Amino acid sequence: MPQANLLKSLDYSVLQQCMHCGMCLPTCPTYVETKMEKNSPRGRIALLRAVADGDLEVSRALSDEMYYCLGCLACQTACPAGVNYAELFETARAEVEQAEVNDGMQRGFWRWLTLNVIFMRPWLLRLIGRVLRVYQSAGLDNLMRKLRFFGLMPRSLAKLEPQTPQISEHFSDDLIWPEESPKGRQEYRVGLLTGCIQDLAFSNINRDTADVLLANGCEVITPRSQSCCGSLHAHNGELELARELARRQIDSFDLDSLDAIITNAGGCGSHLKTYGHLLHDDPFYAAKAKVWDATVKDIHEWLVQIGFRKPTAGAGVSEVTYHESCHLCHGQKVVSQPRQVLASIPGLVFKELPESNWCCGSAGIYNITQPEQSQKLLDRKVANLKLTKAPVVATSNPGCHLQLANGLRSCGDHPCQEVTQPVTLLARAYRAEQGVGASGPHKPGSETPAP
Amino acid sequence: MIEASFIQSLKEILDPERVLTSAEDIVPYSFDGTAALKQRPGAVVFPLTAEEVADCVKLARRCSIPVVTRGSGTGLSGGSVPLDGCLVICLVKMDKLIEVDEKNLTLRAQSGVITKEIDDAAAKVGLFYPPDPGSMKISTIGGNVAENSGGLRGLKYGVTRDYVMGIEVVLPDGTLTFLGNKCVKDVAGYSMKDLFIGSEGTLGIITEVILKVLPRPKARKTMLALYDSMDAAAKTISAIIAAKIIPCTLEFLDRVTVQCVEDYAKIGLPTDVEALVLMETDGHPVVVEEEAAQMMALARANGARDVRAAADEAEGAKLAAARRNAFSALARVRPTTILEDVTVPRSELATMVAFIDSVAKKHSLQIGTFGHLGDGNLHPTFLTNERDHEEMHRVEVALAEIVEETIRLGGTVTGEHGVGLAKKAFLKRQLGEGSYELMRSIKQALDPQGLLNPGKIFDLRN
Repeated sequence: MPQANLLKSLDYSVLQQCMHCGMCLPTCPTYVETKMEKNSPRGRIALLRAVADGDLEVSRALSDEMYYCLGCLACQTACPAGVNYAELFETARAEVEQAEVNDGMQRGFWRWLTLNVIFMRPWLLRLIGRVLRVYQSAGLDNLMRKLRFFGLMPRSLAKLEPQTPQISEHFSDDLIWPEESPKGRQEYRVGLLTGCIQDLAFSNINRDTADVLLANGCEVITPRSQSCCGSLHAHNGELELARELARRQIDSFDLDSLDAIITNAGGCGSHLKTYGHLLHDDPFYAAKAKVWDATVKDIHEWLVQIGFRKPTAGAGVSEVTYHESCHLCHGQKVVSQPRQVLASIPGLVFKELPESNWCCGSAGIYNITQPEQSQKLLDRKVANLKLTKAPVVATSNPGCHLQLANGLRSCGDHPCQEVTQPVTLLARAYRAEQGVGASGPHKPGSETPAP
Repeated sequence: MIEASFIQSLKEILDPERVLTSAEDIVPYSFDGTAALKQRPGAVVFPLTAEEVADCVKLARRCSIPVVTRGSGTGLSGGSVPLDGCLVICLVKMDKLIEVDEKNLTLRAQSGVITKEIDDAAAKVGLFYPPDPGSMKISTIGGNVAENSGGLRGLKYGVTRDYVMGIEVVLPDGTLTFLGNKCVKDVAGYSMKDLFIGSEGTLGIITEVILKVLPRPKARKTMLALYDSMDAAAKTISAIIAAKIIPCTLEFLDRVTVQCVEDYAKIGLPTDVEALVLMETDGHPVVVEEEAAQMMALARANGARDVRAAADEAEGAKLAAARRNAFSALARVRPTTILEDVTVPRSELATMVAFIDSVAKKHSLQIGTFGHLGDGNLHPTFLTNERDHEEMHRVEVALAEIVEETIRLGGTVTGEHGVGLAKKAFLKRQLGEGSYELMRSIKQALDPQGLLNPGKIFDLRN
């Protein structure tokens, strides 16, 4: 149902907040690439303001620009004036979708299939995951590649096929009980968000998260088969679907009984913390969503907040560097905590990554929609990783994790050969304390180990 | 205004990808960093060489299309705001750092190089480019020269003009010429380069610069002094200058500004002070230690509530960066932020600050003031809403009163941002008839057609 001009109905002061000082320009990966104003936050805001003022039509070119933007929010960190770019970005993408300036049969079909069908139905997503798992574990993907089957697909998709995430053998529900209690004294009761891609490709990280929480006196409540948080929808102009998913998510948890709801994916967390704004017009959910926002915590944020216990054993890794998920650092401003978690592990030397908070190019589905720019950012990231000479990189978002693994896999002699997450290393250190053999971190391209 | 044939000719001079004409491409070039000024150009081009710039100028001249040159568009006086339908020549892609000459202590760069990259390149070989405008992370060196930008270190090191040894310029008739050289001493003829420094794009287009660089100071110390009264802060400044100390930085922020900066930077500044003074001294380590101790003692003796030194270089840099963002941080308070740039002789600082305060009260306006106390350059910043016409009118009246007082105290209407469009109305009052007409006759002689950035600084014809 088409609505009025969304940008016009937006609180104008959000647009006015930008006083075009230009401080965002050097932090914007697309501006730095092209040096064109329209590819910068300041330029995009000028375009959106022109639309709101009625000086500019919503056009295909505007849509292209909004999809060229990574939504990494580095500009938001740099902005001294406090512009809420995230809101402008989501509204603008919704606006261009509503104006249907992008209509292509193929694009429309894929968007509908992924956003409206698959990512709205957790059971279907998991079913697809199961099928993909069987396909991958039977080696059929390699066979298909040998038979050049993918030559039949559209070229852009065929190119991406090798980047399909390796599906875990078990999903989170098989690995985590709905309620788990810590062995020692219970001090907190927390909910655990298992996510969608995280659940399919990195269920072991969800298990690690639960273990780390248990080791820190948290009772862990994990509702079954949770849905997608809706960040994918909100960032791709489907705000109504995002609202629907937010309502479902809120209903999955008994908010009043929980000290925190824990997320371990930077992108999801950044979106989960804005349900209050997303549902502010909803008479039934507005108040609940506000409470929800205050309850959601990134795992690292929570660990530091409760003064997590420092492990006494190592994680079997000598040196680690850290790539910041854009939405963890720029969206949630969780910057020092993951570093504190890594620094707490005995025998682990932490090496700072140059441009650690520069986007890796994953950016949701950006690597699918904008493969060229995505690759440039990945190359830049891989080159920076090389400078650290660290054998392991930790990150905290499934998209970044997959992107880095893909980048490193195609770079054979790279010193960095392993991608993992801070919480996994911490879980391994805790396990090592008890003499439980810690499994190795996720090697690029290797099977995801089950815990 | 711009015809298709003109665009076609531009595309013959430049790679068509570097000629922008669609609305989506050029709307973002309608403004610079100045509030409330906006005009859509007809086309935007990105030359890569001085020859390409010259060709564009020749073409524009033939077709009588006005030309506005810009870099990153961070200017704060409307100097690079386009004219309706004009040609914008954007120099950001002329970004080659050509040479760092350690033997002559010079650095040569194309106009589009980012100022911070200039200083970074110098730092790599132990050298130092002192001018550091608040926007140095993104402003271009060509823009700095054209606007004669200042910065936080102006007190000790001066402004951009003091570091320009030579420039390559495209004149309004398309002639490409080089003014100046690497010689420390040079008295051959008129100082032509000086004419173009601070000319705000009205006399020529600067395409390349030779800059003087200095040995990098071995030590630096940053301190903070907090005050319950503005008067005590101003007295401290006078006492430091009277003690024959020239710190590299003496910056101040008033209560409103401190609050906004803290909101943004979250570095633990106390938000209940009337004034905060950021002091910095650099040079030989022994001298730095001695001067720092002296400055801190003077601050205490003149009524500072608290004086502290940054623990290390990193903390000092953080404090300076917070100050650098003061202007943008003020934008958090109200939708429109109008920044002024008045400068008075240092002895008149306390008077001027008190006057600004009284004007704000008189017209019920919110004004955040910060600036370079050490060199008398103040930035009273109006926090307002351009959509509130009644309030905007009061802003205009208040601004006129501030400018009037500045001139009365022997000051200038711009210390570092330039005249552009924003200060044009006040220029004649400050300069007087003779000086004003001299400037106009120079413009008339060099650019009789009024091709380059017309209407900036002054109007050619009354």
